[in-house]
Amino acid sequence: MNIKDIKKEFPIFDNKVHNNDLVYLDSANSSQKPKVVVDRIYDFYTKEFSNVGRSVHYLAVAATNLYENTRVLVQKYINAKDPNEIVFTKGATEAINLVANTFGQKYLKEGDEILITELEHHSNYVPWHYLRKSKGVKINFADVDENGDISIESIEKKITPKTKILAITHLSNVTGAILPIKEIIQLAHSKNIPVLVDGCQGAPHLKLDMQDLDCDFYAISCHKMYGPTGLGVLYAKKKWLEELPPYQGGGGMIGEVKKEGITFGDLPNKYEAGTMATAQVIAFGESINFINKLGIEKIEEHERELTKYGEEILRKNNSVKLIGSPKNKGSVLSFTLDGVHPHDIATILDEDGVAIRAGHHCCQILHEKLGLAATARASLGVYNTKDDLDQLNSSINKCIKIFNS
Amino acid sequence: MDLKDLYQEIILDHGKNPRNLGKFENFNKDAKGHNPLCGDKVHVYLKVDENKKISDIKFEGHGCAISMASASIMTELMKDKDQKEVNELIEDFLKMIKDNPDLKSNLINEDDKTKLMSLSGVKKYPMRVKCATLPWHTLISAMTNKPGEVNTEKDD
Repeated sequence: MNIKDIKKEFPIFDNKVHNNDLVYLDSANSSQKPKVVVDRIYDFYTKEFSNVGRSVHYLAVAATNLYENTRVLVQKYINAKDPNEIVFTKGATEAINLVANTFGQKYLKEGDEILITELEHHSNYVPWHYLRKSKGVKINFADVDENGDISIESIEKKITPKTKILAITHLSNVTGAILPIKEIIQLAHSKNIPVLVDGCQGAPHLKLDMQDLDCDFYAISCHKMYGPTGLGVLYAKKKWLEELPPYQGGGGMIGEVKKEGITFGDLPNKYEAGTMATAQVIAFGESINFINKLGIEKIEEHERELTKYGEEILRKNNSVKLIGSPKNKGSVLSFTLDGVHPHDIATILDEDGVAIRAGHHCCQILHEKLGLAATARASLGVYNTKDDLDQLNSSINKCIKIFNS
Repeated sequence: MDLKDLYQEIILDHGKNPRNLGKFENFNKDAKGHNPLCGDKVHVYLKVDENKKISDIKFEGHGCAISMASASIMTELMKDKDQKEVNELIEDFLKMIKDNPDLKSNLINEDDKTKLMSLSGVKKYPMRVKCATLPWHTLISAMTNKPGEVNTEKDD
């Protein structure tokens, strides 16, 4: 497999959009799926289906092994110490809710502070918000600078003796800023503050090493990693998963259930109540295999080159204003056009088969800070090419023509 | 689908240069509308006289060309209409955007009908229908003194 002709591994590109080739530039929202992942779901349901972790019949044993095999694949992919540090959830959103809920329940009390940043996606703010009401905690925001970046200093400035947890994004889904999370984690740990990293945009594009990063929690969205929807991963250090209470109760997560009391199961079952997204987990194993075959370093290099190219051509286009010029930028190109609302841009681009996103991208705090109601965003994946970005630029020019004629 | 149906000249003109944009002193009714999915916001101000007639109407807001044009055209048409006429026009417009092929009301002339029909292009773009209808739902809210903000995601 070669990145140059990787598009053919993705069946979606066989389809036309309004009679045009699909130029998919919405991978920060959700990525497309390679055939191996789609086929894996079909094969599992047609040949191997059973619930996992319960029955002892042939299919159940085989399905359980497949399911657990993905856990090990994820563990190795992110270099976690132990497969039991990998918890499957219904999404990164649930992963963050799990931590906010259980950590809040056990460790937070009135007056405590949670530190997040102005860059955060709603899914790394709203779950913490509930603790304001239930626990009386305060949420502080580290300032984003004019480049759309978060510096270590801006984090340090907002740390107080009452800060009990830091929750930060790895890679901004709007400005593309890649945060210096390793240094930020070191800083937080030097003050005994655990760190949750929202890795939704980090995991699909950057090489991960949990042991090197030393973060306490890392949330992953599988559908942004060429995997199925309805699935997320929470990486958490074993000590946290052992210390924190279960998040949801139900079948599969228990030890012994009696009328007078209940004990909970061992890791990772303690956090996987009820029948899990079995087919999705098994298919996600193929997403990891797919990424591994290409090599995440190769993907990073390919996307970095494309991002640079995209920035170059959009900078040359006088009508385009790029949003955010962080020091270290991921494959996200957010922009505005003079006199054309992002929603209108998205509709006009769509006519040419160019799929982008317009709006606040679930980052209203950031947009308010930027003084913008909405932005347009082109975000890249492994399947994108320079031709895609040329098409983006020429469709942008079409917008300008329609609105300025 | 044809973009020309959506971005007709009338829409582009009203989108770029919205009529009745702003706020005026002594309005006696107003309401805010918000589309949380895209961030479009509109605030409609009315002066309704003792005969329940809209003697003045303006709006503030920001949004895409469709929502701005819709608010602009709406405010032009509503001036000097009484409550009954306002209701008839709103109902007619919303039905046209939803199901009806054209407008039925006799309250407006052919020129005005053409203006309103220029918004019918959104019918082919389900995600954009809310852009066109937000100002109208906000007007209903202002006329009926409904508390709270109109929210496109809470419509029935």
